[in-house]
Amino acid sequence: MSSTIISLPDQSTARVPKVNFLTKENGLLSWLLTGDHKRIAILYLISITFFFFIGGALAGLIRLELLTPQSDLMATDTYNKVFTMHGVVMIFLFLVPSVPATLGNFFIPMMIGAKDLALPKINLLSWYLYVVGGILVIYTMAAGGVDTGWTFTTPLSTHYINTNVMSTGMAVFIAGFSSIFTGLNFIVTLHKMRCPGMTWFRLPLFCWAHYAASILMVLGTPVLAIAVVLLALERTVGIGVFDPTKGGDPLLFQHLFWFYSHPAVYIMILPGMGVISETISTFSRKRVFGYTAVAFSSVAIAVFGFFVWAHHMFIMGISNYAVLVFSLLTMLVAVPSAIKIFNWTFTLYKGSITFETPMLYSFGFMGLFTIGGLTGVFLGTAGTDIHLTETYFIVAHFHFVMVGGMLMAFLAGIHFWWPKMTGRMYPEKISQLAAVVTFIGFNFTFFPQFILGMLGMPRRYAAYPQEFQVLNVFSTAGATILGVGYLLPVLYLTWSLKYGAIAGNNPWQATGLEWQTQSPPLTENFLVTPIMDHEAYDYEWLEQQQAKEVASVG
Amino acid sequence: MSDSPAVTHGAVAEAGDPHHGEHPSYQRHHFETVGQQADATNFAMWLFLLTEVMFFGGLFTAYLIYRNWYYPAFVVSSHQLDVRWGTLNTLVLILSSFTMAMGVWCSETRRKNGLTICLSLTFILGMCFLGIKTIEYHEKWEKHHIPGLHYSIQSFLDPAHDESASQYGDKPLALDMARHTELYFFLYFAMTGMHALHMIIGIAILGYMIFRARSGAYTNGHVTFVENFGLYWHFVDIVWIYLFALLYLISRHQ
Amino acid sequence: MSEQTTHTEHEHHITSPVVYIVILFSLLVGTALTVWASFIDLGPWNPVIALAIATSKAMLVVLFFMGVKYSTKLTKLTVIAGIFIFLALIGMTLSDYMSRAWGRW
Repeated sequence: MSSTIISLPDQSTARVPKVNFLTKENGLLSWLLTGDHKRIAILYLISITFFFFIGGALAGLIRLELLTPQSDLMATDTYNKVFTMHGVVMIFLFLVPSVPATLGNFFIPMMIGAKDLALPKINLLSWYLYVVGGILVIYTMAAGGVDTGWTFTTPLSTHYINTNVMSTGMAVFIAGFSSIFTGLNFIVTLHKMRCPGMTWFRLPLFCWAHYAASILMVLGTPVLAIAVVLLALERTVGIGVFDPTKGGDPLLFQHLFWFYSHPAVYIMILPGMGVISETISTFSRKRVFGYTAVAFSSVAIAVFGFFVWAHHMFIMGISNYAVLVFSLLTMLVAVPSAIKIFNWTFTLYKGSITFETPMLYSFGFMGLFTIGGLTGVFLGTAGTDIHLTETYFIVAHFHFVMVGGMLMAFLAGIHFWWPKMTGRMYPEKISQLAAVVTFIGFNFTFFPQFILGMLGMPRRYAAYPQEFQVLNVFSTAGATILGVGYLLPVLYLTWSLKYGAIAGNNPWQATGLEWQTQSPPLTENFLVTPIMDHEAYDYEWLEQQQAKEVASVG
Repeated sequence: MSDSPAVTHGAVAEAGDPHHGEHPSYQRHHFETVGQQADATNFAMWLFLLTEVMFFGGLFTAYLIYRNWYYPAFVVSSHQLDVRWGTLNTLVLILSSFTMAMGVWCSETRRKNGLTICLSLTFILGMCFLGIKTIEYHEKWEKHHIPGLHYSIQSFLDPAHDESASQYGDKPLALDMARHTELYFFLYFAMTGMHALHMIIGIAILGYMIFRARSGAYTNGHVTFVENFGLYWHFVDIVWIYLFALLYLISRHQ
Repeated sequence: MSEQTTHTEHEHHITSPVVYIVILFSLLVGTALTVWASFIDLGPWNPVIALAIATSKAMLVVLFFMGVKYSTKLTKLTVIAGIFIFLALIGMTLSDYMSRAWGRW
């Protein structure tokens, strides 16, 4: 039994297809004015990678500062700006658009057998809004940054800070609309553009996950928009909406802010979960266990996710009644996520597992997301939250789910679909090495932070008591390893564009309509509209296909 | 290189050749049929309206809290709004919703001149609304009732000398409650201002539509643009219906 | 759903102008009613009546001017989802405010 499922065409005769979406038109304008969802996905991929490394550099600065207990690398005010910008860049400019805007944009139309998304011009507009938001963030950094924390907590951000809250707010507002339009596009596309035979329950689970995330994007992000508008008005005009001296309530901002920002974490993780469904299935050669449960759990996460936001405000002054209600509801929202983990595990059971790079990242996801999710339960329990909140426990929790979870899922997806997007394979050994290095680096970086939080080290502090130094040094050492792990893919993926092996249509022998076309795909995706006549993850159907295919000429 | 066998026995009927002249000029190439395009764009407009509902939702939340906390201030402040202008504006907008609906009907029944007239009437009524709003805003500016711009609570400390307040027999407010009137006016300007912004965008699009309608762009079967804009216009009307009730009609009795 | 084979498009219902005129007059009557009601002291019922009339007017606009009465199930579901999440935002935020220091500053 082979230890890999990679199946490439004969390299001596194979070529990347001459006509594909990359070669169809040339020139800068053909990219900047494109309506092709695949080109827009590539534009997004380049932009978010750019911002990821900016956010990463900021993280490096944070970890460097925290090597020593004193605030000696930078002034405390500067440190505040560094972690704020790290949060703003990573959340709004990387995590929120990561999988949806790149892999979602590229593959949702292909997975449903459509020629493009429903609204290609809105798709392009979405990218431009993202770029404008990004430019505003860069401007903010150049103009001296903002130091309120990415959460803009009032009344600090309205009355006690004189840094660039306005430009950051504008950036977030504009980037928010980018997200709204992406989600809107996906919902319309999934409802109205499925090819004949593609019923809802034959869709890849990747699509279900994006559908759920899109509902959150469309319904949640506008509330962030109004929260930011009110924040701006309070700062400039002094309307009094969040000002106790005028009768306003600072907590109102926080209610509106977190009404979006909690669903935002599900916007970030759900598409990643969609990726994991695809990779786990492909690399265990088995249909996802409990398809319906996984599909409905995505929607359940989205729905329940709207009702738990005040668990970010337990210590901020909300009533005890609200604490009770939101804590109870938070327990509920953990259930669908757990259902997914169980289903993926049962998919693995008795599957033919191989350990290609996407699978390594997927395993990393399952372990690290589980830890992150479980620690979320500690935080959702009001009693323990009072001790753990605003400490490094929170920092560790969200990095486990977002970096150990979401970022790993993103990398799994990039590696999984790289052959389809580019027509090239990346070098397998070094990519597996990078995945392992990332996993090791991640654990060294963030596991100590759970302990630091339990011991009481507060978050967002440049200086800390001497007794926390050892764990901080551990964490910084891990961050260095993690940085190497993230740098490697940039290098070898770029290398693969020119020197990688030719991938062919379906190097992973995966199911899914996108694997039935050439790599890279044609601009119109399919020459003829497909008819979906089999269930999702139907490996028997795939075998019959391959049996029918002509393997060689003459 | 090309698609594998499984996909080729697909629907060759309409989708194969991107250049066949069978579909109308206004059908985009990624849609299979005009009906699909109409369904998809209609659904997209509804989703966009949902985002608008949530956007205004934040303001309504703020309103509900502060109205209940500072009821006396809100009552007295709302007396500063002229209910006649407000009612007239409501009638103007309701009428404009009617003319817009008639415009959609004209587009559906291919009445080019009727459509142009209906869109023009909607445009004019929209401008009337904005004109009346300008008068109202100007009045607020004169009386120093714009938060952040030399806001004055004088009218609420001494209502006997204020014609709007004395008309309703308002009693003077305590100093702290008088300060809270600024919250009412912030909500007034934020909510009606946001609404007016949406009106301005709508009127601008109406201008473009009137221009296009005159050359028959919406009376050749391509109803969706007018229809979807109609949805947007009606939504803006619905927002006003609530704003009128919540801002102008808090309590007009003694 | 109806998208089993090719897309069976929704029958496009054209509302007659007569219906529009009836709705127009209903809205005008509703406006008069709500203004009139605000001049009468009905105690705690004033805001209830005002909101009830506003909601009725809004429903007439949604059902007839916006055509939701004759629309697909998906459109109806979308409208309901929007109302639901709007009410969740307001309701759950208010539940916090109502259970603590009510306007004590």
